[in-house]
Amino acid sequence: MTLFQISEPDESPLPHATRRAVGIDLGTTNSLVATVRNGSPVVLPDLEGRTLLPSVVRYGEHRVDVGHTALARATEDPGNTIASVKRLMGRGIRDLADDRRYPYRLVEGEGMVRLATRSGIKSPVEVSAEILRALRQRAEGSLGGAIDGAVVTVPAYFDDAQRQATKDAAKLAGLPVLRLLNEPTAAAIAYGLDNAAEGTYAVFDLGGGTFDISILRLSRGVFEVLATNGDSALGGDDFDHRVFCWAIEAAGLPPLEGADARRLLTRSCEAKEMLTGHDAAPIAATLSDGTRIDLTLTAETFTAMTRTLVAKTLVPVKRALHDAKLAPADIKGVVLVGGATRMPQIRRAVAEFFGQPPLTNLNPDEVVAVGAAIQANKLVGNREHDDDWLLLDVIPLSLGIETMGGLAEKIVPRNSTIPVVRAQDFTTFKDGQTAMALHVVQGEREKVADCRSLARFELRGIPPMVAGAARIRVSFDVDADGLLSVSAQEQTTGVEASIVVKPSYGLSDAEIARMLEESFAHAADDAGARALAETRVEAERIAGATESALAADGDLLDGEERAMIDRALAAVRTAVAGDDRSTLSAAIDALNEATAGFAARRMNRSVARVLSGRRVDALG
Amino acid sequence: MFDFTRNHFELFGLPARFRLDAAALERAYRELQRDVHPDRYAGAADHEKRLALQGSARVNEAYRTLKDPVARAEYLLQLSGIDATAETDTRMRADFLMRQLERREGADDARAGHDESALAAILADVQRESGQLLADLESVLDGDDREAARMRVRELRFLAKLGDDLRDMQLAELDR
Repeated sequence: MTLFQISEPDESPLPHATRRAVGIDLGTTNSLVATVRNGSPVVLPDLEGRTLLPSVVRYGEHRVDVGHTALARATEDPGNTIASVKRLMGRGIRDLADDRRYPYRLVEGEGMVRLATRSGIKSPVEVSAEILRALRQRAEGSLGGAIDGAVVTVPAYFDDAQRQATKDAAKLAGLPVLRLLNEPTAAAIAYGLDNAAEGTYAVFDLGGGTFDISILRLSRGVFEVLATNGDSALGGDDFDHRVFCWAIEAAGLPPLEGADARRLLTRSCEAKEMLTGHDAAPIAATLSDGTRIDLTLTAETFTAMTRTLVAKTLVPVKRALHDAKLAPADIKGVVLVGGATRMPQIRRAVAEFFGQPPLTNLNPDEVVAVGAAIQANKLVGNREHDDDWLLLDVIPLSLGIETMGGLAEKIVPRNSTIPVVRAQDFTTFKDGQTAMALHVVQGEREKVADCRSLARFELRGIPPMVAGAARIRVSFDVDADGLLSVSAQEQTTGVEASIVVKPSYGLSDAEIARMLEESFAHAADDAGARALAETRVEAERIAGATESALAADGDLLDGEERAMIDRALAAVRTAVAGDDRSTLSAAIDALNEATAGFAARRMNRSVARVLSGRRVDALG
Repeated sequence: MFDFTRNHFELFGLPARFRLDAAALERAYRELQRDVHPDRYAGAADHEKRLALQGSARVNEAYRTLKDPVARAEYLLQLSGIDATAETDTRMRADFLMRQLERREGADDARAGHDESALAAILADVQRESGQLLADLESVLDGDDREAARMRVRELRFLAKLGDDLRDMQLAELDR
């Protein structure tokens, strides 16, 4: 909890300590964790040197396996091995109408689909938390202590419920989340800083199961997302599947099942990867009934059979350019993200569409985690020279409210720069109406039925008036993570009745608390000691920040105010040395309280400096 | 944080008129966002985060309004007590409406015949007329003829909607 982050760009707010910050790419197929070490981003490997952690969780008889071990057992225990859980985040059973078959059992749950495993009913949030916990432990082992802050990436197209679910999972895994970051934006951060690029860029992200395209403007240290689009059911897996189907047909096989299907799919995937550097690849396997498959797939055949898939990626690309009001020629560079972008036919199609070869000098598997790590490093306060940039992001889907006739009235249009606060007035339609039902929706379609329902709530206590006389102001508030809260208020009489809602697909706070308790109960480490340690870190941080602020802007305070802050500061210093967490927390709160007015004045001064132009050169 | 009662122009330290120094707006916007954006307060106390959120949202809103010429004109009119956005006000010049009607019909024909170049031509035409109205707007608005300004703002909104529809038609052709 740093109180004062305002500082001149060339002055470090905390010269003494480097905080442990990580960036996490929580992927559909694989996940990674990266950090910034001595000014350079690095992806953290596991004990065996592998950086990719398969996003697979297996609920075993006595233990939970995550990653490679879970993946290795997937074939023998498919019902308890959860892969691609990212697709289920923030989703109800009705949302999963893409007919993708899941080998594990899905059950309806409140707000979100649940998975029936041998360890009981699990929510996708809990499963994702297992993956995040594994990455957290890897990072803690590598960095030598508790993580101070994490940035977790999400697809640009994730809606409010999916973002909320991701944030809940991180909370459950014990990660202090500083920010959710759109994946393509993270990739641009990695490239933008490393190459000092300026201009309008496209980020083309073809992962295992999803495709995202973002148009970003990078200029004078500011990243701005102009438009995003994508296809949530298109990825490298689809290319594997095409090869798999081709192999079955070419070998004249009947439809395969179970272990045989899995084996051939693995061979298909290997062939696909080999074709990136070769003109032909063998597909050889022996099936359970002894049938021998021995095929050769040429690059030419592979390109031909995947032509429609490649073409499918260009539709969202055109839509995104359309939204940004740009032509392909306006794009200065194209960043490739995701292992599937290694395929030559993808690179050729991108090069042809944009009239230039894409950027490929960073590892497409790692670039998102690297960008997230750079952002985390900045947010946690480890600022470097020339590191005074800012990320301006947009919301991917319009937010609105249901009006008469089941129509959606957009209040915050998509691609609005966040944070954003937007209000609109509505009125009553019946004489003497004292309550109003509000239905919050997300999406681009005109009819509410075609949009995603986020929340419903009621505003009561409207004074009885003739129809159309009441003025109900509905306010939409989207924070820097892209998460929404909505409130409603009757204006004419001054009667206030405002409600803040959480999306109906998010978990309730009570549910998160229960999961946290459960996870603590199972955790080997002592939760109490951990909490004390975390509070101490927080105390050190806030005390250090206060001292820097006093040194820089102490002249804003009169003697009495200064004495009060000094007293509160001393109390924190004393409590840090003790073992009582609640005393320490109280001392931190008191210091926060004592410095609130000071903080506001510092901010005013800082804004005044900007307006007077004094800092313009320094920031340049 | 900062004074929330200042108007959009004051916030960026710009004169309250239609003619705009776009580079100055851009510069002031970035400088303000650098200081108030929630990323600056990622680890801060809750009340500070809230202030940063409100301040940053306010700066975004002001920037969005001033950057877009039509929104800027509406805002200037609003500052002088004229609401150019009222939906009940549908007065428009007859020759203007006639021209738009013809364009709509032309667009429908172009779409029926999948004639992409005809669509592009109509869109270019709409953009040309918008450009002319914007140029007019500068002289009437900064010259204090508010009624003429109000009329042009309404017509520009109308053209913007038509332009959006034409672009949607173009996109539909792309996907075909």
